[in-house]
Amino acid sequence: MFGIEALDLARFQFAFTVAFHIIFPAFSIGLASYLAVLNGMHLLTGNGLYLRVFNYWKKIFAVAFGMGVVSGIVMSYQFGTNWSVFSDKTGPVLGPLMAYEVLSAFFLEAGFLGVMLFGRERVGPRLHFFATFMVAAGTLMSATWILSVNSWMQTPAGYAMNEAGQYIPEDWWAIVFNPSFPYRLVHMVLAAYLTTALVVGATGALHLLRNRNNLPAQLMFSMAMWMVLITAPLQIAAGDFHGINTLEHQPQKVMAMEGHYDSHEGGAPLILFGLVDSENREIDYALEIPKLSSLILKHDLNADLAGLDTIPDDEEPPVNIVFYSFRIMVALGFAMLGLALAGAVQRWRGRLYESPWLQRAAVAMGPMGFVAVLAGWITTEVGRQPYTVYGLLRTEDSASAIQASAVGASLLAFIVIYFFVFGAGTFYLLRLMKREPETAKGSLAEGPIRSAGITPLPSTGPNPVRPAE
Amino acid sequence: MESELAFVWAGLLAFAILAYVVLDGFDLGVGILFPFLEDDDDRDMAMNSVAPVWDGNETWLILGGGGLFAVFPMAYAIAMPALYAPIFAMLAGLIFRGVAFEYRWRTVRGKVLWDWAFFSGSIVAAFAQGVALGALVQGIEVDGRAYGGGSWDWLTPFSLLTGVAVTVGYAMLGSTWLVMKTEGILRSYAQRFAAVCGAATLVLMGAVSLWTPFLDPDYLARWFGGPTMAFTLIVPALVAAAAFVLFRGLKLGQDVRPFLAAQSLFVLGFIGVGISFYPHILPPQVTIWEAAAPDESLLFMLVGAAVLLPLILAYTVYAYWVFRGKIDPDEGYH
Ligand code: HDD
Ligand code: HEM
Ligand code: HEM
Repeated sequence: MFGIEALDLARFQFAFTVAFHIIFPAFSIGLASYLAVLNGMHLLTGNGLYLRVFNYWKKIFAVAFGMGVVSGIVMSYQFGTNWSVFSDKTGPVLGPLMAYEVLSAFFLEAGFLGVMLFGRERVGPRLHFFATFMVAAGTLMSATWILSVNSWMQTPAGYAMNEAGQYIPEDWWAIVFNPSFPYRLVHMVLAAYLTTALVVGATGALHLLRNRNNLPAQLMFSMAMWMVLITAPLQIAAGDFHGINTLEHQPQKVMAMEGHYDSHEGGAPLILFGLVDSENREIDYALEIPKLSSLILKHDLNADLAGLDTIPDDEEPPVNIVFYSFRIMVALGFAMLGLALAGAVQRWRGRLYESPWLQRAAVAMGPMGFVAVLAGWITTEVGRQPYTVYGLLRTEDSASAIQASAVGASLLAFIVIYFFVFGAGTFYLLRLMKREPETAKGSLAEGPIRSAGITPLPSTGPNPVRPAE
Repeated sequence: MESELAFVWAGLLAFAILAYVVLDGFDLGVGILFPFLEDDDDRDMAMNSVAPVWDGNETWLILGGGGLFAVFPMAYAIAMPALYAPIFAMLAGLIFRGVAFEYRWRTVRGKVLWDWAFFSGSIVAAFAQGVALGALVQGIEVDGRAYGGGSWDWLTPFSLLTGVAVTVGYAMLGSTWLVMKTEGILRSYAQRFAAVCGAATLVLMGAVSLWTPFLDPDYLARWFGGPTMAFTLIVPALVAAAAFVLFRGLKLGQDVRPFLAAQSLFVLGFIGVGISFYPHILPPQVTIWEAAAPDESLLFMLVGAAVLLPLILAYTVYAYWVFRGKIDPDEGYH
């Protein structure tokens, strides 16, 4: 009796904690790169505006990064506490990838973070740029390794089994560059950049609505709109390739995403929207475009497409979740493209900063990157069910033999702690973004901000820029 | 044939955990001392003294956990469920204290709240780590490749004692750190704390050391027989020497020496635990070689670690160097 219950609780706990965790990386990967660009532009042009925008976002980054760190530590221990069978079996393959993540990414981020946040006056602008750059490189490196891990679970390759039932490595190249990894990496990094661009754009737009001559706000808004214009179409294209790759390696996931309960001969329709009826195994009120699904997935209008009727019931992912979450992501992808095009038109007409409707739209789109990221992950992860290692290890066979009461208690505590801690953090983040970016010189009214600094010598002058010793 | 790679990795992992204790110990300690500091300015300064480095310090804990997963997956799969409650408490503590570093500066009204979060998170994390250590030392029940005991096996008088010992020890590290990094009133407070916590740490370390050999006949044999007998004699002598340097340094008002002496106490304690463990990774049953991942995994990681660990140590030293010396209360964020 306890077995199944503990399993469900453990699944919910994993989904809950990882869903919180992914919010912060999606933002800190993009923001770290943005800060590196701002820092570099300041170094290159000497224009103080870049530095002011840098300082504005630096504090926001610090808060978001802190939340990413603490929620991430939970993830890395949770594998062992709740998914110990999974850990024992996949450890020889996945463990080294995660160890590389720690060694090549987490230390890099953490080591240079202090210098980036607190050390500008101690190391000078060049080394400070270097530190910012290293933090950005660390976040990208981290995404690379963890996505390799996740992709291996989706499309395992390069392994063998030993007598103890563990997966053991045979070909590291094949493991790291498993079939879905390149697609997932591109799609996720673009998602992070898009998400960040939307947040930066929304913040810029908010302050333009208050004062359209605010220079830092103009810079933010302009840079963000360029970024969305570049990444939104790329993301849609990347998503298309990702889907074709998934069709090849995880066909039943695509069937669930498309809502194809039944096989189609001679061209399958694309269901734009509908209501999933899992009892009767059909999509009600479906709004369909004939043959389009075959065109997208097979690049042939009349290609046959198999449906879930070809899959044994106990290998079928839950269709309703996957079907809806996939549509949310795709719809938001096109909404982002729409925003980008509107921005491009207004820029071309020379009215980028004077279009309140555009700015309102940008504010409304601000959080949508996060929603799309979550929807995308839910599609990917729920679509992989009932397996943790696709086709090989079932979720029900992965969990620890922990009592339901223990899992339940920790789950409850996580829920309370996460809502409290990350709720407060989100509140502080929003407050930081509401604060007006400094328009000219003069200091910001932003509360008691002071932070670390330890001087070996008394401070020299009002602007002590000391070279690195 | 017993793999030498597994042995090398056991050493590297031990190094990672030691690095964690040495580095994060003092910044958790600063958190533990928080409510005892006189006023807000002192607390600002105490926190600022660790703000630029705490994240790097904590990364060694991730290497410890991630490394165990990678190198000894079976041990990870057994130990984590066995230590479910203490691990969970530690994670919760680390969440609260980790976010406090930034949140504290983002609010006026809520500052007190995050001061408390910093303190309670630090003390809970420290205590949970000590309890987990005690639970490992006293032995874990194994059933095949999984944990074989109950939810509460970790909770014994011995593990509570190690919990207290680690907490007090971290407080000692934190106060000697503050002696080194601060000036004025805060520093003289820290000196007093350091003396009290130092004495208490010695007593607790002694109690744990005397108790450990009687938990398991194996420990007794290892400590009071065979070649390791030498350590049984040398370690206490070194502890006495470190204690002497600590108290003398505090008395003479030295900056750096008390900190180094306090750290030496921890290193010596760690070596003691290492002697009790070896050749097990999870006493009394699972040895390093039983739990190790296959050689292909170990070799793949060793290549990377050989390149990356020296680099990590280099830029960690650099980061500490950038923020060296006494903290200046007037130096701001920009
Ligand atoms: C695509 C990106 C991505 C994904 C899918 C994950 N992470 Fe993450 N993680 C990051 C990207 C990231 C990051 C950008 O590198 C973070 C965010 C903030 C930070 O400190 O680094 C991070 C932080 C972070 C930390 C703290 C690192 C530190 O102290 O600097 C840990 C231990 C983890 N993560 C572990 C995990 C685990 C076990 C995951 C899977 C279940 C996971 N992350 C998913
Ligand atoms: C970060 C974004 C991610 C999100 C939002 C996410 C979401 C989810 C969700 C919703 C589930 C539950 C599926 C279900 O039970 O129906 C799940 C399961 C799981 N995911 Fe992910 N996932 C993410 C990333 C990862 C990564 C990077 C890994 C591996 C390193 C991973 C490993 C797992 C495992 C082991 C499970 C099994 C537990 C289960 O099936 O419930 N996930 N995830
Ligand atoms: C309209 C365009 C889009 C298409 C066609 C698309 C397609 C896909 C597909 C096919 C998957 C993979 C599911 C799997 O096989 O595992 C996926 C996953 C995902 N999507 Fe999208 N997507 C689009 C837009 C977006 C946007 C705008 C974002 C976020 C800003 C986003 C974020 C994600 C994330 C985070 C994942 C999970 C990680 C991964 O598997 O790469 N997607 N998407």
